[in-house]
Amino acid sequence: MTPAEIWRLTVEHAALTGAALGIAAGLGLPGGVAMARSVRTRGIFLGAAGVVQTIPSLALFGFLIPLPFIGGIGKGTAIVALALYALLPVLRNTVTGILGVDPAVRESAVAMGMTQAQLLWQVELPLAARTILAGIRIATVTTIGTATIAAAIGGGGLGVFIFRGLASVDTAQILAGAIPAAAMALLAEGGLTWAERRLSPY
Amino acid sequence: MAVQREPAASPRVTPAVEFRNVSYTAGDTPVLRGVTLAVQPGETLVLLGRSGSGKTTALKLINALLMPASGEVRVAGQSTTAWDPVRLRRRTGYVIQETGLFPHWTVAANVGTVPRLEGWPPDRIAARTRELLTLLHLPPDEYAGRFPHQLSGGQRQRVGVARALAADPDLLLFDEPFGALDPVTRTEVQREFRTLVASLGKAAVFVTHDVREALLLATRIGLLRNGALELVETPGNFRASSHPEARAFLECLQ
Ligand SMILES: Nc1ncnc2c1ncn2[C@@H]1O[C@H](COP(=O)(O)OP(=O)(O)OP(=O)(O)O)[C@@H](O)[C@H]1O
Ligand SMILES: [Mg+2]
Repeated sequence: MTPAEIWRLTVEHAALTGAALGIAAGLGLPGGVAMARSVRTRGIFLGAAGVVQTIPSLALFGFLIPLPFIGGIGKGTAIVALALYALLPVLRNTVTGILGVDPAVRESAVAMGMTQAQLLWQVELPLAARTILAGIRIATVTTIGTATIAAAIGGGGLGVFIFRGLASVDTAQILAGAIPAAAMALLAEGGLTWAERRLSPY
Repeated sequence: MAVQREPAASPRVTPAVEFRNVSYTAGDTPVLRGVTLAVQPGETLVLLGRSGSGKTTALKLINALLMPASGEVRVAGQSTTAWDPVRLRRRTGYVIQETGLFPHWTVAANVGTVPRLEGWPPDRIAARTRELLTLLHLPPDEYAGRFPHQLSGGQRQRVGVARALAADPDLLLFDEPFGALDPVTRTEVQREFRTLVASLGKAAVFVTHDVREALLLATRIGLLRNGALELVETPGNFRASSHPEARAFLECLQ
């Protein structure tokens, strides 16, 4: 538990979280946009993402291990599991944000002769930006916490200290994992809340 | 009740807007029933009718926000089903009933919407925006940089009108654009509107439930009742009409 080790695992933790969030945002933003357009897919996918959310995280990591390609012991499996958890808040807030745009505003955009792409980029996304960013913030903060479980399946990160500390009943080890993780979560929360405020309040 | 025919226009002129036996249903509810109508270039047709009579629906059929269940709506001689909807809407200025300004854009950006979509150079958009704001009594130096939530209801409506006029459209659609104005300003704006539309020489369809406004602005008044077009008359003939719905509206004048 040297400072160098704390630093290395903190960076690893951030990388796990970042990769999972990247995937969740990459799928959740376009997915949310598509779902805002179609009532049927909205029900199916939001439902599925909601079900994933109810699976206890340790169990989800366990379920993924035997799967081919994405499964196995290690970082890959951990990132997939974390991305699945992060997906719901991103999807849900993207859908909510876009559906929250005043129908009169959407109608006038269409009536001015905007194409679907112009409507999306010039009107819907700017007006939904705050809600979408709030979803990303919630996903980020929960993923930083959940990522500590990745160590259980060999994913590394700050969970390594926590599991080691639990096994040897060593509070200092547990804190060496918990404190940097908590600090990272607070930092993310603060930074993203600030960014949300900076966006126009509409 | 004899429904009088509109005077036949010169057959060589293509009507700016034409309804041919148009019906529209929302779910199972008939909203418009067999409406037939022609609006000539240079004409301001006012659609007058009670709340729920189908006025907004009729307007939305013209710029392809809605499609008829049966019959045909033609704009400049071409059915709305054949138009590219984006092209049709960019040449049609539309003031929606709830104004629908973009809340994240300034007044100037709102007014410049269609010119920007059409790719005008920025300095031309800026000049056009200033010109229109001045015309609608919103001094640009004071109002151009404001956001819609920093305006009164009447000012928002005027920005909506400026936005509809910005790209010099061939056809103007107005859905109760002056509802939120105080009576003094409204009368002023109505007078200016009449001069403006007359000077532009464009076809306009103007929706209102205010008979005074209809009489002031219309070259002809179309009376809607329960989704049916009961009457199309010049203001003079409308005043003299014995149609019960027309009388009901005219009694409001006393
Ligand atoms: N999508 C819809 N579903 C069901 N009914 C609808 C729908 N759209 C319009 N209607 C009905 O059609 C009728 C005409 O509506 P429309 O909006 O055209 O009225 P309007 O004449 O513009 O009224 P107002 O003066 O109150 O604006 C109303 O009775 C309305 O309830
Ligand atoms: Mg209406």
